Amino acid sequence: MNGADAIIKCLEEENVKYVFGYPGVAICPFYNSILSSDIKTVLVRTEQSAAHAASGLARTTGEVGVCAVTSGPGATNLITGIATAFADSIPLVCITGQVNSSLLGSDVFQEADITGAVESFVKYSYLVRNVNDIPRIMKEAFHIASTGRKGPVLIDIPIDVQNATIKNYKYPDSLSMRTYKPTVKGNYGQLKKLVNALEKAKKPIICVGGGISLSGANDELLKFIEKNNIPVVSTMMGIGAVATKHPLYFGMVGNNGKPYANKAMNESDTLVMVGARVADRAINSPDIVMSNKVLIHIDVDPAEIGKNCGPTIPIVGDAKAIFEDLNKEEFKTDTEGWIKELNQYKTELEIKRNPDKNFTDPEYFIKTISDKMDENAIYVADVGQNQIWSCSFHEVKKGKFLTSGGMGTMGYSIPAAMGANLADSKRQVIAVCGDGSFQMSMCELATIKQENVPVKIVVLKNNFLGMVREYQHYTYKDNYSVVNLNDYPNLCAIAKAYDMEYVKIANNDDVLSGIDKLLKTDGPCICEVLVNPLDLVK
Amino acid sequence: MKKIYSVLVENRSGVLSKVSGLFARRCFNIDSLVVGETFDPEVSNMTIVSSGDERTLEQIEKQLNKKLDVIKVKTFKESQAISRELMLIKLKYNKNNRKDIMEICDICKAEIVDISKNHMMIQICDTPEKICVFRSMISGISVVEVARTGTLALPKCSDLEN
Repeated sequence: MNGADAIIKCLEEENVKYVFGYPGVAICPFYNSILSSDIKTVLVRTEQSAAHAASGLARTTGEVGVCAVTSGPGATNLITGIATAFADSIPLVCITGQVNSSLLGSDVFQEADITGAVESFVKYSYLVRNVNDIPRIMKEAFHIASTGRKGPVLIDIPIDVQNATIKNYKYPDSLSMRTYKPTVKGNYGQLKKLVNALEKAKKPIICVGGGISLSGANDELLKFIEKNNIPVVSTMMGIGAVATKHPLYFGMVGNNGKPYANKAMNESDTLVMVGARVADRAINSPDIVMSNKVLIHIDVDPAEIGKNCGPTIPIVGDAKAIFEDLNKEEFKTDTEGWIKELNQYKTELEIKRNPDKNFTDPEYFIKTISDKMDENAIYVADVGQNQIWSCSFHEVKKGKFLTSGGMGTMGYSIPAAMGANLADSKRQVIAVCGDGSFQMSMCELATIKQENVPVKIVVLKNNFLGMVREYQHYTYKDNYSVVNLNDYPNLCAIAKAYDMEYVKIANNDDVLSGIDKLLKTDGPCICEVLVNPLDLVK
Repeated sequence: MKKIYSVLVENRSGVLSKVSGLFARRCFNIDSLVVGETFDPEVSNMTIVSSGDERTLEQIEKQLNKKLDVIKVKTFKESQAISRELMLIKLKYNKNNRKDIMEICDICKAEIVDISKNHMMIQICDTPEKICVFRSMISGISVVEVARTGTLALPKCSDLEN
C-alpha cells in the first residue's frame, strides 16, 4: 500500500462519497488510487469550483466536503474557494499535490508554497513529509474541519510521499491533540444569567447567524423561541435558521436587510447574538447599537466574542448544545406587547418597489419561484444585486438558503448548487445568479452536464455588474466605470452549446409560465430573466 | 497599554511564521518577540510583548489560543513579571573616554566582553528600562553596532501561587 492508497482508505473511513477536483502530475498517484474505490470523482473545470462544490455538499449534508487538486497553479486556484469556505466556517478537507520532497523550496516547475499561502484562510494546514503520518493527519484533519468553529483544513502531500510505501496502515480510532479541545457545552452559570436576563427583558430579540445551521440547531432554536415567545432576526448567513414566514421571524438585519429588522434590533433591550460575527455588513458601529442594551453573545469560537463589541454575558459553546440546555429551563417572559410593536414596524417599514413593466420585477420573480419550489428545496444565491434580492424576497420553508455571505465570492452559486445537488439528488436545487457571477462559473455548465446534475440556473440578466453600478450610482453620481457587460453572452446559445434546456422570462407576464417550465425540466436548465439594468436594491 | 504574552507552542517548522503572520494580518503590534526551546524539546516558548487598547490585547490572547500549534498562553502586565533583556554593544573608544565608559559599565552592571585597540564590546543583561538607561548614558560615544534580544519574561513567583 502506498501513501495515495492510504489517503483513499482514510477518505473511505470518513464516509466520503465525492471528491471534487482537477488532476495534474503532482496529484496523479491520488487519482490513480481512487479508481479502486467507490468514492465518486467530479472533474470540475477550474479548481476554485472544486472548493465551492465541496462547500455546497458540506452545507447540504453537514458532512465534510473534500476536494483534491494538483500543485502550483492548481493549488493557488483553489485559494479563493478555501477563503470563501473559511469566511463562512464551512468544513472542508482540501488535498493538494506537491512537488517531490527533495525539491521543496527550489522553485521547480509547478511548486507553490501553498501551506504558507493559505495560512490566514485555513483552520489548519499540513505538509506531509512522512508517509506513515498520513492516517493520523487525515483523522486530525477531518476532526478539526468538522468540530468547534468549522472550517477548511489543507493537506499538502508531495508526490514522493504519495508513492512511498506505508508500513502498518491503521486508521486511528481516536486522537489526542493537546492543543485542540473546542468547548461544546455552555457554562451553566452563564446560561442561568442568560435566562435571568430574558426574564427581566421587556424587548428581547435573538439575532441568529450561520452558526445555527452549522451546528444543526434549527429544531432546538425553534422550540426555544416558540416556548418562550421570543422574536428572531437573522444575519445573511442566518437566513433559513427559522422559516421566513414564521410569526416570530422579523427578517434579515444589516445595511442590505429589512428596515424593520434593524429597527427591531436597535429598539430591543436584550439582544442574544447566536453564531454571528457582529460584522460590519450586519451591524454597523456595534458599540453604538449595543450601548443601550444587555448583549448576550453565544459562539463556539471564543475569539468572536468581544471581537467587535463587548458582550454583557459571553457564552462559549455549540449552539445546538446550548439550546438543548436552555430548553430544559422553565422561565416566564412577557413579550406580547413587544411582538405587537414589531409587527407594526413590519407593516410600516416594508419597502415598496416601483417595478418597470418592461422588465421582470426581481421581487415578483423571486417570490413566485419561492412559492412554486419544493418545500425542502435548496436555494443558492450568488453575489451581487441578485444576492440582496434573494435575501429580501426568497421565502425559506423547510429548505436551505446557501450563499457566500462572508467573502462575497462571485461565481459561488453554480458550483455550490452542483455540489448540493450531487449530495442530495432527491432535492430540488436552484442557483440564482446575475450575468456577472454566471460568467465567473460558466465553465461548470460542462461539469453539470457531464454529471447530469438537474440544477436549475436562474440568471437575472441586466447587462451590468449591478451591485457596483448601484454603488457608482449613489457614490459617483452615475459615473459608471468598468461595469458594463455589454449583453454578452447569448444565453440561449450557451444553453444550446451545453445541450441544456433554456427558458426566457422577459417580463412579469412570462414569470408564471417560465417558472413552471423551468421547474418541470428533468435535467439542468438555464433560465434567463431580464431585469431592469437600472434597478436598485435600495 | 503593554502586555506580555508567554506562549508555549509546538516546536514544529513554520510555527513562528504562523504566529508572527497572525500579528501582521490582524494589525497587532509586536514590540518584541523571543523564541527558545523549553525543557521539553517538542515545546518552544515565545515571549511576545505587544501594546494596544484593552480589546486588542484581549483579542491577541484569544487569537493565539485559536492557533492549533499553540499549547498555552499566559499573559501578564510588566509589573507582574520579571523581565530581562540582553544587549551587546560595540563602541569605538579612545584613551580619553575609556575610563568614563568603564565607570558607566560599573554603575550599570555591564561587562566588557571583548576589546581591541580601538573597539570594545559591552554586554548588559537587565530590565528593558535599565538597558535604555545604559543606552542613553553611552549615547555620547560612537556606537558601531548594537544587538538586542528583546524582552524575555516570566511571571513573578508570588503570582504563580495565586
